[in-house]
Amino acid sequence: MSTGGPNPPSTPHVKAMNCPSCGAALSLRSFTQAVSVVCDSCHSILDAQDPQLKILQQFKKATGEDPPLIPLGTRGRIRGTPYEAVGFQRRTIHVEGIPYSWHEYILFNPYKGFRYLTEYNGHWNDTSTLRALPTLNSHTGDVTVSYLGETYQHFQTAQASTTYVLGEFPWQVRVGEANEVTDYICPPRVLSSERSGNEVTWSMGEYIAGRDIWKAFSLPDGPPEPIGVYENQPSPFSTDTKTIWTIFGAFAIFLLLMMLGFASFARDEQAFQGAYIFDTNARSEASFVTDPFELKGRTSTLELSTTTNVDNNWIYLNYALINQDSGQAYDFGREVSYYHGYDQDGSWTEGSRNDSVAIPSVPPGTYFLRVEPESDSGHGTIHYEITAKRDVPQFSFFGIALLALLVPAALITWRSMNFEHLRWAESDHAPMESSSDGDDD
Amino acid sequence: MTQPAANCPNCGARILFRWSSSVQTVCEYCKSILVRTDVDLKKVGQVADLPPNSSPIQIGAEGVYNHHPFVAVGRIIYEYDQGTWNEWHLVMNNGSAWLSDAQDNYVVTFAAPGRKLPASAKVGEQYVWDNESYAVSTVTKAHYRGVEGELPFQYWDKEDVVFIDLMSEHGKFATLDYSDEAPVLYLGESVEFEDLKLKNLRTFEGW
Repeated sequence: MSTGGPNPPSTPHVKAMNCPSCGAALSLRSFTQAVSVVCDSCHSILDAQDPQLKILQQFKKATGEDPPLIPLGTRGRIRGTPYEAVGFQRRTIHVEGIPYSWHEYILFNPYKGFRYLTEYNGHWNDTSTLRALPTLNSHTGDVTVSYLGETYQHFQTAQASTTYVLGEFPWQVRVGEANEVTDYICPPRVLSSERSGNEVTWSMGEYIAGRDIWKAFSLPDGPPEPIGVYENQPSPFSTDTKTIWTIFGAFAIFLLLMMLGFASFARDEQAFQGAYIFDTNARSEASFVTDPFELKGRTSTLELSTTTNVDNNWIYLNYALINQDSGQAYDFGREVSYYHGYDQDGSWTEGSRNDSVAIPSVPPGTYFLRVEPESDSGHGTIHYEITAKRDVPQFSFFGIALLALLVPAALITWRSMNFEHLRWAESDHAPMESSSDGDDD
Repeated sequence: MTQPAANCPNCGARILFRWSSSVQTVCEYCKSILVRTDVDLKKVGQVADLPPNSSPIQIGAEGVYNHHPFVAVGRIIYEYDQGTWNEWHLVMNNGSAWLSDAQDNYVVTFAAPGRKLPASAKVGEQYVWDNESYAVSTVTKAHYRGVEGELPFQYWDKEDVVFIDLMSEHGKFATLDYSDEAPVLYLGESVEFEDLKLKNLRTFEGW
């Protein structure tokens, strides 16, 4: 700093002045950078660049009508830099006649200038003006904008009018003034273009949680709970969706390889076969035991198939697979029934003549089967054949595993799609649907 | 940097030059605008009171741009509908550069002579200089408010001047200065305050 001069530059300090309209004391927090300032008492909008604070607009509205959630004069740190809340405005758009309003907070740091926080229904954005020009891509039907390698989708274009002001502004603010605002989104970011006259100003907002602002500005209580889905709110599911389908794909490949492995290693050999006749008219005891048969190799599945000639009839077979040496028994029952006929809709069938069941983890050894057939009496004879196959590859487990994985993946995808649906329902590109959908409320 | 000394022809105060190539300076005491001739300093004008300004930059502020250290030796102050802004004259590599500071938005530019320039331009129009495409973003009608310190040319006694600002898609910045008969082009870029690593700044009460 030059110390030789007689007039070293003064240290800028918060200037105290009086409102020319009502005489109330007011101060400029952003030094000479403010262009307009609103009197706290009478709400006149004053020319902050004019030493006499010329009145720009008399604003007839109670000053307490819309109190800012961040009181003006509060300081907080945004990305490591201290900022002071110096201005506040409410802006309103009308969509199909319904007004929607959001709030903008003007933040100031004497070295880094102005920055903005916007709030709509509890959703916050940290916004600053752009230093480069986005590229408009209008060659396709939908307008998109590219900026720093990212593509932003057009979300909404509306006339936003200023409906309430407090504090200081780095531009000449007027209540009632409207500008065309267009938002393009690439969550968690939003690019906004604001047209005033023929000049376009671009700014970029980044979604920020209300609780982070409350922490940064040491505000009491908590932030308002966000309502609905906001235009650039990051989807809590978008990364999950990708991850879960990647996991699903990896597991599906793993399961497929396991299936192939099991299929190629399974012995799939026949251990027993026997053909029998059950006379439903006989009153004698029907149960019998088969000849013993050998199950070789490792502990594995045993598939027991029953093939019958039931015809509009049923047979129930009580089975016991008994280890001859240890006496260990596997008890199970199988019903085989097959019905068919004609009705007004044509022919129909129900059931099947064949049945198959897998008994898991049967150790090797000598076994025999005890079989006890049952059916309605007086239906003649039923022929049936029992086949036991050793070490048959079982695929149903893989199907169940795949399904178990598919359920959460599908659920997350569905929730993600639902989130995007709610986001876009508020845009200019809302899908046409019946009015009974109450999502918007 | 040499600091040739002279005396103010108006008040006799000692005039120190921070930059040997300065063409114009302002006496810190009597605010006379002084222009260097071959032999001495000639008073050409007088600076009225400067408007209050809360730029953090001041004459003597030092910083670094693109690894090159610089020092702010002078400035031109303009007034426009958003208040005032400063064009700080930086001396860098013994040449001139400009740091414009409007509402704490910082842009560093260098004079780019020898390019084909339009006589006027409208918002949205595109121009290409040095293989970079620029679009006109603002046309500013400004009012000359004063000078301070050392400048590389004579600049005083101006009235209304037109500036056309252009932006590129890569953060490059261009200004067309219509304050003289022939427009002058400045090319540069927007810079972040902290990237300039500024020292000798003003301090702000309470900050």
